[in-house]
Amino acid sequence: MEKNTYDAIVIGSGISGGMAAKELTEKGLKTIMLERGENIEHIKDYVNANKNPWEFPHRGGKTQQMIKDYPVLGRDYTLNESNLNYWVNEKESPYKEAKPFDWFRGYHVGGRSLMWGRQSYRLSDYDFTANAKEGIAVDWPIRYEDLAPWYSRVEKFAGISGSRENLPQLPDGDFMPPMEMNVVEKDVAARIKKNYEHRRMIIGRTANITQPHNNRVNCQYRNKCWLGCPFGAYFSTQSASLPAAVATGNLTLRPFSIVTKILYDKDTKRAKGVEVLDAETNQTYEYYAKVIFLNASALNSAWVLMNSATDVWPDGLGSSSGELGHNLMDHHFRAGAHGDMPGYEDKYVYGRRANGIYIPRYRNLFGDKRDYVRGFGYQGSAGREGWSRDIAEMSIGGDYKDALTEPGKWTMGITGFGETLPYHDNRTYLSKTEKDKWGLPILVMDATIRENEQKMRIDMMEDAKEMLEKAGLENVKTYNNGYVLGGGIHEMGTARMGRDPKTSVLNKFNQVWDAPNVYVTDGAAMTSAACQNPSLTYMALTARAVDHAVSELKKQNV
Amino acid sequence: MARVALIMGGALIGGDYLLSGCTTDTDKKKETTKTKSADKAPPKLAEVLDAKQISFMNEVGETILPATKTPGAKAADVGSFMAVMVRDCYTPKDQKIFVEGITKLDEAAKKQGGKDFLSLDAAQRTKLLTALDAEQKQYSKTKTLEQPNHYFRMFKELTLLGFFTSEPGATKALRYNPVPGKYDGDVPYKKGDRAWATT
Repeated sequence: MEKNTYDAIVIGSGISGGMAAKELTEKGLKTIMLERGENIEHIKDYVNANKNPWEFPHRGGKTQQMIKDYPVLGRDYTLNESNLNYWVNEKESPYKEAKPFDWFRGYHVGGRSLMWGRQSYRLSDYDFTANAKEGIAVDWPIRYEDLAPWYSRVEKFAGISGSRENLPQLPDGDFMPPMEMNVVEKDVAARIKKNYEHRRMIIGRTANITQPHNNRVNCQYRNKCWLGCPFGAYFSTQSASLPAAVATGNLTLRPFSIVTKILYDKDTKRAKGVEVLDAETNQTYEYYAKVIFLNASALNSAWVLMNSATDVWPDGLGSSSGELGHNLMDHHFRAGAHGDMPGYEDKYVYGRRANGIYIPRYRNLFGDKRDYVRGFGYQGSAGREGWSRDIAEMSIGGDYKDALTEPGKWTMGITGFGETLPYHDNRTYLSKTEKDKWGLPILVMDATIRENEQKMRIDMMEDAKEMLEKAGLENVKTYNNGYVLGGGIHEMGTARMGRDPKTSVLNKFNQVWDAPNVYVTDGAAMTSAACQNPSLTYMALTARAVDHAVSELKKQNV
Repeated sequence: MARVALIMGGALIGGDYLLSGCTTDTDKKKETTKTKSADKAPPKLAEVLDAKQISFMNEVGETILPATKTPGAKAADVGSFMAVMVRDCYTPKDQKIFVEGITKLDEAAKKQGGKDFLSLDAAQRTKLLTALDAEQKQYSKTKTLEQPNHYFRMFKELTLLGFFTSEPGATKALRYNPVPGKYDGDVPYKKGDRAWATT
């Protein structure tokens, strides 16, 4: 038993798990990080990162075999030959859809920190107070001031580039110098500011460093982030938190370790460790620790809890409130508008910016009132068309080819990312009959967006059209490409924080009410979704929870 | 993240794709310890196009995107690229349309001037394919999802994709910089300057 005993266990190695391991080990705790999938080593295993376009036999596309092997991933752009290794093997790890649900997973060291979109925004008190003000779900047990110093801490470590804007709904952070808007975006931003009192278009805040930082090279503007960055220019477990944790000498990383349950001690009313199934050998092991951080991603963290301590609570550890697995949220998107910007024929860009523009939320704020609650932000960009465009009056031959070798007109598009509400009935649960490759019960997804989100999607289209037209774009067309929950790859809410153990799974420090030495600090903890990309908030919650855990350990409270 | 690139105003036949990839080291094969079963090489698929058909498609491609002051589709061997794409990415139904399309194209050539496609001169080839492209555009405009794709649309799509993402296409017809190193959102452009190969 001794050799399997650590001060802390971290379950999962993605954005929040990596951060937990970094914070715990830096505070001197001997920590084991358990990852269900294989190891991917920084740089060495980014096998496609340095390939030229022509070195991909299908130019990055998808084959019929891939479509067959990855029926879920193939629903979106995510299925492609250039980073196929980073996505879960769906045959080994299926899930069930009581209602359509997109679940895009990465089962390997680093998790989705390797493929994430990197947009990094703080939540504000408009977000932390919304549930209480509107009587929706339960109140967040924290406010912005509780999290602000932790946002700063993780921003400074991760390296977030962005501009300071003094917007109350999108607090500024400790940023590296911002990336640059292009000439058309700058003019559109100026016109939006002139046309609307409360609408702003800013450069995206992204976890791509714009200056060298902690032995990482600044962004080289290749826009190949999701292949893994050989420069370490975007924040991932591999580029940032793992090397920091390793440097302490306190970290053990164990890949191929599926945590099947948290071991609960009825006498102490604490977790004493975890059970691990080795994904390669099918052998079972136990690991013990004083404190456990559960960071398996929202749905899998719920899975681990639901599969744990079932002799005490039939629905799992943390289920006493009846909220475990419920309140499943995401961000709904794929609705917006795009159009053509006349002029600027004498302007072009240099470099491939791994970032776009952001229009922070303005709906239902500053006195605005809609027929739905909450709001949405926009992401987008402007650029000149490439060779795949149509050219009027030309279709075959030398003139056509030569025309295509020049850039086309400027276009711009923006897509809304909207808040989904925490509906109790939107939930995930364990299948009683169906198992995965390892004989473990699989998750059933039973969740959908509702009237509030549908109404919001109309504004997401119409507002986009109006703003772009007023900013001088022509041929502006709206689109709604459809959305099912999960597609935003921002799963949240399945073990929410709250003020009352009767209505929430976690307390204000992310401790499971039913086992206070278990902390859940990934998307599962979110009490509401806000509309900002959420990963930065998970990082901040994690750093704050680790600080709490370590001080409680010192006081011998956990 | 980069979004799916659309070609000719609609989804690419045979699945969409990402404009991808770049940097300096051209053939850096790396050892990897990956063990996911999906990573194992898929079973070898039967070839759909033979050498003669590949060579034929290079001529079709060269007519669509001929050598001008920069290399054309034949220099990029788009025929071989098409053979890979049709074999791996097309459904059996689309494979059949593609292969039969080669015969149809020849029939259209004979109808136009009494000769098969390879016997036409460059001007005649251009004239024929211009007519076929007008035909496919007209057809695709009203085509429902269930109705079969037009073979010439396939030919043209794969020619464009294969050429502009090939080494000669990306580096000679377009401009390619694997590691830009910085971003400038406001650089002067004058007519005739080549577009960037990836955006």
